[in-house]
Amino acid sequence: MSSTSKPIVVVAGNGMVGHKFCEKLIARSERESMEFQIVIFGEEPRPAYDRVHLSEYFNGKSVGDLSLSMAGWFGDQDVILHLGDPIREINRTAKTVHSSKGLVQPYDYLVLATGSSAFVPDMAGIEKKGVFVYRTIDDLDLIKAYAPQASNAAVMGGGLLGLEAAKALLDLGIADTHIIEFASRLMPRQIDQAGSQLLEARLTQLGLQIHLNKSTLAIEGGSRIESLQFADDTRLPVDMLVISAGIRPRDELARLAGLQVGARGGILVNERMETSDKHIFAIGECALVNGMVYGLVAPGYEMADTVAANLTDGRKTFTGFDMSTKLKLIGVDVASFGDPFIAEPHCRTIAFEDRNKGIYKRINITPDGKYLLGGILIGDASTYNLLLQNVTNKMLLPPDPEELIMGVRSGEAGGDGIMSLPDEALVCSCESVPKEVICKAVTDKFIHTVDDMKKCTRAGTGCGGCIPLVKDLIAGTLKANGQYLRNVICEHFDHSRQELLDLIKINGIRSFDEALDHYGKGDGCEVCKPALASILASLWNEPIQKQVTIQDSNDRFLANIQKGGSYSVVPRIPGGEITPDKLIVLGKVAKKYNLYTKITGGQRIDLFGAHVGDLPDIWEELIAAGFESGHAYGKALRTVKSCVGSTWCRFGLHDSVSFAIRVEQRYKGIRAPHKIKGGVSGCVRECAEAQAKDFGIIATEKGWNLYVCGNGGSKPQHAQLLITDIDEATCIRYLDRFLMFYIKTADPLTRTAVWLNKMEGGLSYLKNVVVNDSLGMAAQWEEEMQGLVDSYACEWKEVVETPELRKRFTHFVNAPRRKDPTLVFDKMRDQIKAKEW
Amino acid sequence: MDNQTGRPTAARAGEKWKWRMACRVDDVPKDGGACVSLDDEQIAIFHFSRRGEWFATQNECPHKQQMALSRGLIGSAGPDNEPKLACPFHKRTFSLLSGECLNDEPLRIAVYPVRIRDGKVFVGMRARAEK
Repeated sequence: MSSTSKPIVVVAGNGMVGHKFCEKLIARSERESMEFQIVIFGEEPRPAYDRVHLSEYFNGKSVGDLSLSMAGWFGDQDVILHLGDPIREINRTAKTVHSSKGLVQPYDYLVLATGSSAFVPDMAGIEKKGVFVYRTIDDLDLIKAYAPQASNAAVMGGGLLGLEAAKALLDLGIADTHIIEFASRLMPRQIDQAGSQLLEARLTQLGLQIHLNKSTLAIEGGSRIESLQFADDTRLPVDMLVISAGIRPRDELARLAGLQVGARGGILVNERMETSDKHIFAIGECALVNGMVYGLVAPGYEMADTVAANLTDGRKTFTGFDMSTKLKLIGVDVASFGDPFIAEPHCRTIAFEDRNKGIYKRINITPDGKYLLGGILIGDASTYNLLLQNVTNKMLLPPDPEELIMGVRSGEAGGDGIMSLPDEALVCSCESVPKEVICKAVTDKFIHTVDDMKKCTRAGTGCGGCIPLVKDLIAGTLKANGQYLRNVICEHFDHSRQELLDLIKINGIRSFDEALDHYGKGDGCEVCKPALASILASLWNEPIQKQVTIQDSNDRFLANIQKGGSYSVVPRIPGGEITPDKLIVLGKVAKKYNLYTKITGGQRIDLFGAHVGDLPDIWEELIAAGFESGHAYGKALRTVKSCVGSTWCRFGLHDSVSFAIRVEQRYKGIRAPHKIKGGVSGCVRECAEAQAKDFGIIATEKGWNLYVCGNGGSKPQHAQLLITDIDEATCIRYLDRFLMFYIKTADPLTRTAVWLNKMEGGLSYLKNVVVNDSLGMAAQWEEEMQGLVDSYACEWKEVVETPELRKRFTHFVNAPRRKDPTLVFDKMRDQIKAKEW
Repeated sequence: MDNQTGRPTAARAGEKWKWRMACRVDDVPKDGGACVSLDDEQIAIFHFSRRGEWFATQNECPHKQQMALSRGLIGSAGPDNEPKLACPFHKRTFSLLSGECLNDEPLRIAVYPVRIRDGKVFVGMRARAEK
């Protein structure tokens, strides 16, 4: 222990607020060139952790994930930490504390951050097995251990923490979970009756059973809990009870030391957070300030900073705190801000309720309609940050304040609304970061991401609620500075794909080298070469073999490279329809060249294990039998999957196979930023899984419905309905426009789903462009698409017929007939298999 | 025409090279690669025609032991325009000068000097150790 003349600050409690105090004191004392020796005594066996996100412990977060400090932090900061050793006694005369393990520690200042404990009502049977509180990681471990033997459970308390506890029980697999609330509504401190009803409906849907106006009299059973008995003479049989009926300040240490405490608990402090002893402070949930115990973390942090300030430069008071909260409860947004309950005549209230979608919004405005006073948001709290800023900064309301909650401008309101906030507007209340600091970090320190902003300003490192706002501020500041996040394709081209496509088109550029000379630098790379190859192919549709060394390996050899260096061959089978004769050819070819055969997800047949030198011979035979390239190797149309449709199916409305073949034949070979897949289903049963494709067409009684931008893959996404009940010709026209729009504007290797997700205005914008021709490009795009369709040629046919091109398909240029001796295969289920690497 | 290309770094001083005829200039596509078999080794030869340079490396990508480097895309990296090669399998990129892997991997490929004479490509193979 260091024995210097540094003032000693002892902290009783290592919870979130106690920990924050240490951070704040260290930061402030460094700024003021002062030094303190901090000594912490904590009751729990582990250093401070994030109690706000405690329920995530059940979703797989570990104790380490929740920890507030990196291992070694305390040592690095020269902070002495005693864990599992709470302070038992304070000797105010000698200015020493006595720990339960018998340590005696002198102090110059003592900070009580002992927090609170769960309030456990005094009732019969409270000692029975199966009764828990929800407060610490240890409590959660006990609940976790007991849960497997419980088939039903109840949570006592329908407040914020109680609902969290109920979610935890659901997560632990107890489907039959009840919430018991004494008051007539859920979350009585945050939301009103109408909001509670809506929340109740949502929670009931999720399987929670809610009992309001229930006063619990006793816990019944033998050694274990068996049921709850209520004042209205009803009973609820349960195997387990979690009590979350409020908090009780941990003020016993202060009482023992003769410090003043409130009549209903809480250590009495003034606005400098001083107790009745000038050398002792109290902060967080154990403190009673202005007659109130604050049960949230943000005001606790503010108290911590107040004491840190008073120990250093001495100029900070705590004058109350905004109790606004926003959280996601079991998937439902719940927020309240400002004064949520103020009623007429002190205000005017605007409420919006959508029972269909489960949304309730209420705002309270001043009687003159000028300012926002507070409100409640349930089901959709996306405007919370904006509304809260409106209240705290007393911003003038727009002439039609109902727009704030009606969602009309919610998208747009984000950007501009946020940039008009005053500089001092507090964005991150956990870390007290105002708007100005964030905008300055963007402008002066070139911070462009939320992660960097966290490192630079600590904004967003607390509860995380302000992160959307931080994001919008970064984007807004960049925009205001005339910068935008350019997505250039690589170090050789300072342009986006879309910009390059325009430049190449307008200037008639036909080769990669020309493009590099005009618009790039260096010698290109594996990123820009295929990207430019795709652009050139989309614009001019010249055979890709003309510039073979800018193509990705698969496009260069017109086949898919597989483990070991062999290739796979996928002939086109439009719509998945194939004649027996053609099937026999595939079988014969596969047998002759010893190829592994497999049916693909796109209703065709993939032949694996071809030597590069055999590819032209294989294709010669396939082409002779009427096959064409399937472009499985290219960023191009793959397949249009179909169900059998009305020709055979008793449910089919239209001939989905014929339509699929027509569409596949039309778009085959066209190069795009990424692969494209389609599907056509003959009825709503959707056997072609068209809604998982980049475009999906589904038959209706009156025609076809067109869906766009679906995706399988790692992030599956359903295609969205673009338009209903159109005929085939209209469908093709819209597809022309849709595909050309995608080809021209998407970034390299971006599937349509991601392209749409990034599109400002989303589906409604896309619909406007494609259906309503809002850009006036429809005619041109249709014409360009027709040009691509008309200039189609099978790439493999060209290779097979051109000796110069055929020559390239060899492993050794100095021994063209020799195959790669390292390419060997294993056997599996009577076929070959690539060797493991 | 005697046109020794590549950079001096490719041929270390004092080392003895046995020049082997690999292929004809036309066998290697412009700004691309081709594979030759020399002394039972697979060598990838690259004609960086944009820079007027030739390079040769081992054909095997050390990442997954695939004989594929000759089918990779070539290009340049960084302010010094270091010539590089990307494996078609998993896009490990290697310097054509030093053979070092450029995407943070402790991988390395062998590089060989190249000489062009009479439309033919010669690769300098390390002289076998005397027995």
